Amino acid sequence: MSAFDHDHDEGSGVSRRKVLECMTWAGTGVLWTITGGVPRSLGLVGSAEAAEASKAMTFMQISDSHVGFDKPANPNALGTLEEAVGKINAMPAKPSFMIHTGDITHLSKAKEFDDADRIISQTKLDVHYVPGEHDFIDEEVKLYKERYGKGTRGAGYYSFDAGGVHFVGLVNVVDLKAGGLGNLGNDQLEWLENDLKGRSKSTPIVLFAHIPLWTVYPTWGWGTEDGARALDYVKGFGSVTVLNGHIHQVMQKVEGNVTFHTARSTAFPQPAPGAAPSPGPMKVEDSKLRSMLGVATVNFKQVNSPLAIVDTPLQG
Amino acid sequence: MSSINRRDFGIAVVATMLLPVTMARAEDSEAKDLEVHIDNFVFEPAQLAVKAGTSVTWMNRDDIPHTVVCAGKFRSKTLDTDDKFTFTFTAAGEYKYFCSLHPHMQGTIKVE
Repeated sequence: MSAFDHDHDEGSGVSRRKVLECMTWAGTGVLWTITGGVPRSLGLVGSAEAAEASKAMTFMQISDSHVGFDKPANPNALGTLEEAVGKINAMPAKPSFMIHTGDITHLSKAKEFDDADRIISQTKLDVHYVPGEHDFIDEEVKLYKERYGKGTRGAGYYSFDAGGVHFVGLVNVVDLKAGGLGNLGNDQLEWLENDLKGRSKSTPIVLFAHIPLWTVYPTWGWGTEDGARALDYVKGFGSVTVLNGHIHQVMQKVEGNVTFHTARSTAFPQPAPGAAPSPGPMKVEDSKLRSMLGVATVNFKQVNSPLAIVDTPLQG
Repeated sequence: MSSINRRDFGIAVVATMLLPVTMARAEDSEAKDLEVHIDNFVFEPAQLAVKAGTSVTWMNRDDIPHTVVCAGKFRSKTLDTDDKFTFTFTAAGEYKYFCSLHPHMQGTIKVE
């Protein structure tokens, strides 16, 4: 084992110095390119991004719409989802498809699912969903699966290929254990191992799930108990991107060839880890709310070349 | 110790009064019932000792739904803001429970 055991091919090889250099950009930029798993900030979202995007396969990430939420932190979560959809529809380059990283609804009510679908379908994009814990709280725990479970396994995990990239949607919000974090479970992990087996190591991999697969802040349950096992299975791949939601704020981490990224919510912001007594909805000034909500665009130019994640707030 | 404290005395009196009633139900003796609040993703109090027959009511005061789950013993519906769930503890023992949506939220009811 060398210190550079991820550094296995020229195309995606990354030196440690480079990683650190790029890490210093994390948290300041809003537009990202990722070369071999290393993000660098390109500056503010604008025409440059639009021009870039037109040459690439792009897809959207939307998360935590919490349709039905009407508390002071955002009395109209459906309205801000509609604004997010408006942003997506106004993009100069139409994304290929969209992923939704869960908490579509706030309380898993049929009307909430209906309302969410009515708005999200206005993008006219294929949407690949994974559930959040808020999507499984109807009494019979059936509404999510009825709507989005077709062709999936277990509580709703699956994989698909698009633009030379292998996407895996994982479920880490069921069978949570007392005192624990998010949970993938043995069946799903075994399936994941098999799903990845035999794939060319140069295939870019995107794992997406609701709760962060990496440990963000265990005190608030922001992590996945057996997430390390999933990450073990993607170790040999040249480019791995992990997209999550749940924490209602943008966070990034780079580890070897793996880039972790969490998206904003379209409903309400949550505090930075430990910055408040609890991870509950954060009430901010009305004028600030839309700068803390948003969507993300992910941009693949071609296999093993720069990938960009652009976080776009609804305003600001 | 032969002295009896005021609370035990009260319970003894209530118990005596209920004696002639067949199958005295715990919820009839309101004085004993207790509440656990959920604020800021915390069960408060997180530890509670009660006598058998006590009803405990959980009330969610957060803007986020929670549940109260004790494996094999009881499981609330999803509690939205201001929703309540009540369980009556008839058997002695230690009941560890948690929120199945936010499993870092945990509490214990000790029933004597």
